[in-house]
Amino acid sequence: MKKLHIGLFALMLLFLVAMPTFAKNYGIHMFTTWLVFIIATMGLNLTVGYAGQKSLGHAAFFGIGAYTVALFLKFGLSFWLALPVAALNCFVVGLLVGWPALRVQTIYLAFATLGFNTAMWLVMRNEEWLTGGTFGINNIARPSIGSLSLDGNLAYYYLVLCFTLALALLLWGLLRSPWGKAFTALRDNPIRAESLGIDTRRYTLLSFAIGAVYAGLAGGLYASQVQFIDPSLFTVGASIMMYLMVVVGGPGYFLGPVLGSAVGVVLPEWLRFAQGWYLFVFGSAVVLLMIWLPDGLLSLPERLRDRRQSRLASAARAQHPMPRGDQA
Amino acid sequence: MTDFFQLLFSGLATGSIYALAALGFTLLWQASATINFAQGEFVMLPAFVMVMLLHAGLPLHLCFAVACVVSTLVLGWAFKRGVVDPLFKYGMMPIVVATIGLSIALRNGVRAGYSSEPQPFPQVFPDLLFNWGGVMVSASDIGTFVFALSLVLATQAFLTRTVTGRAMQAVAQNTESATVLGINVPRMIFYTFAINALLAAAAALLVTPTYLAKFDMGEGLGTKAFFAAIIGGFNNSRGALLGGLIVGVCENLAAAYVSSAYKDAVALAIFMLVILFKPQGLLGRKEERKV
Repeated sequence: MKKLHIGLFALMLLFLVAMPTFAKNYGIHMFTTWLVFIIATMGLNLTVGYAGQKSLGHAAFFGIGAYTVALFLKFGLSFWLALPVAALNCFVVGLLVGWPALRVQTIYLAFATLGFNTAMWLVMRNEEWLTGGTFGINNIARPSIGSLSLDGNLAYYYLVLCFTLALALLLWGLLRSPWGKAFTALRDNPIRAESLGIDTRRYTLLSFAIGAVYAGLAGGLYASQVQFIDPSLFTVGASIMMYLMVVVGGPGYFLGPVLGSAVGVVLPEWLRFAQGWYLFVFGSAVVLLMIWLPDGLLSLPERLRDRRQSRLASAARAQHPMPRGDQA
Repeated sequence: MTDFFQLLFSGLATGSIYALAALGFTLLWQASATINFAQGEFVMLPAFVMVMLLHAGLPLHLCFAVACVVSTLVLGWAFKRGVVDPLFKYGMMPIVVATIGLSIALRNGVRAGYSSEPQPFPQVFPDLLFNWGGVMVSASDIGTFVFALSLVLATQAFLTRTVTGRAMQAVAQNTESATVLGINVPRMIFYTFAINALLAAAAALLVTPTYLAKFDMGEGLGTKAFFAAIIGGFNNSRGALLGGLIVGVCENLAAAYVSSAYKDAVALAIFMLVILFKPQGLLGRKEERKV
């Protein structure tokens, strides 16, 4: 099983490295967007899937990251300074928002974060002196490494790919550390986690803020990729889509965001001619998915295995009935 | 000062519409722990049913009657059987996600299948202006407020004064004891969904003349209804009314005196204050934390 995982991962990596060289500009753009959303939803997966906090304001952090990078580049500062600042911004804002919002749980938290998203969107739209209002910010530059320019779409794609891999590794490490274990403990049984001495409040806050950092980095990369941002990219609707990407892929599965972002970003671009109907089908599919596979698409193999095992077990029971008295 | 009263009255009219949607929210929550993210679309759909029938040449009151029936069948019965019942056993979040999916599907189904343009809608109340000592109040504001308020109060009276209503409350408070007492629990829960659908149809009738029928008209409405429900107190039906009116009035006053650009943040600000200082809402009781 482990070997299969490593094989699958190698195959995926090969695909991600080789595929765009065959694609045209539009295809590369689509792949880059996919990677950007994988980064963002990886962060949301940490908050939602691993720590169990219902956050519906992820696009606000995505936006904060995007605007930070856009403004820094506008003032002629380096991308390599802007990106860490974007991450730091999101971390601080994540702590500030999370501190009051995480006093409440589940649906209250969902609406508190949703409200925060609305507020951020209003700021982006109304504070024209800073954000350019509805006109947005255009001509955002692409970065360069030393003398190596990343202006080309393919070069930029590989930069985003490096970031995606590095951030994925970081998340992988985090989830395997005692911290990561504390996150999942807190999702599965908060009261027990608390009684084992885990400071629930601090860990939920941390998972929220780290999720925000991932969104901010993704937003920063996105701003430089599309070179034009406006508030319509960072609405509540965008947050809800990100949440659905995590849920559709499989919350709490490491590769869930990869699949979820494909369904949420790549498929609708591909099926652009059917925009309205695509979203209609997507929405209906989410309803059906919740009914049949509430743990997301990646829970399918597990579900099939469980079903086979219980069928085998019941067949075994039918052949060898348990002696009386042994039945528990 | 006359300005203030004018803003107050039109705020009350908007607030009473929020209250209608918020009341449906709290009823569903009480009866079946369902948070309906598609509440706004539940208002949008009957509005489009009415628009279609109006195009077919039916008079408005008949359109409304048909919209009520369609709403009860689709948004009450079919929604309960198709979405809520199969998901009930998994807890709250799968239902939330499913209703998010439902709202996306409904919104884009109407956009792709009917029209993405706002559809005009006839005035329900006569186009009159009253002058009360310098304060100008429109007949539509008064009519909206009175109609919505009487619906909310009628629903309350039904819940507290009739046997069926009391049975519904019993189901909301303790499903097991209600079953033991011989109350038909699934039927009572269906009644709740039906009432929610009817309230949504009524809200559609009141809101569409001013906001026009558009596929995304439910977007803000659903969120504000939820905020209103929380502000008033989620386990109290009277809270929905109070919360709705508070949100409607504060929004209107803030738009005039503070900043119209940030009007949509008002409900959020009150909501944040309430959950920080009185998480059970202004009229709500504290709920014990379940282990």
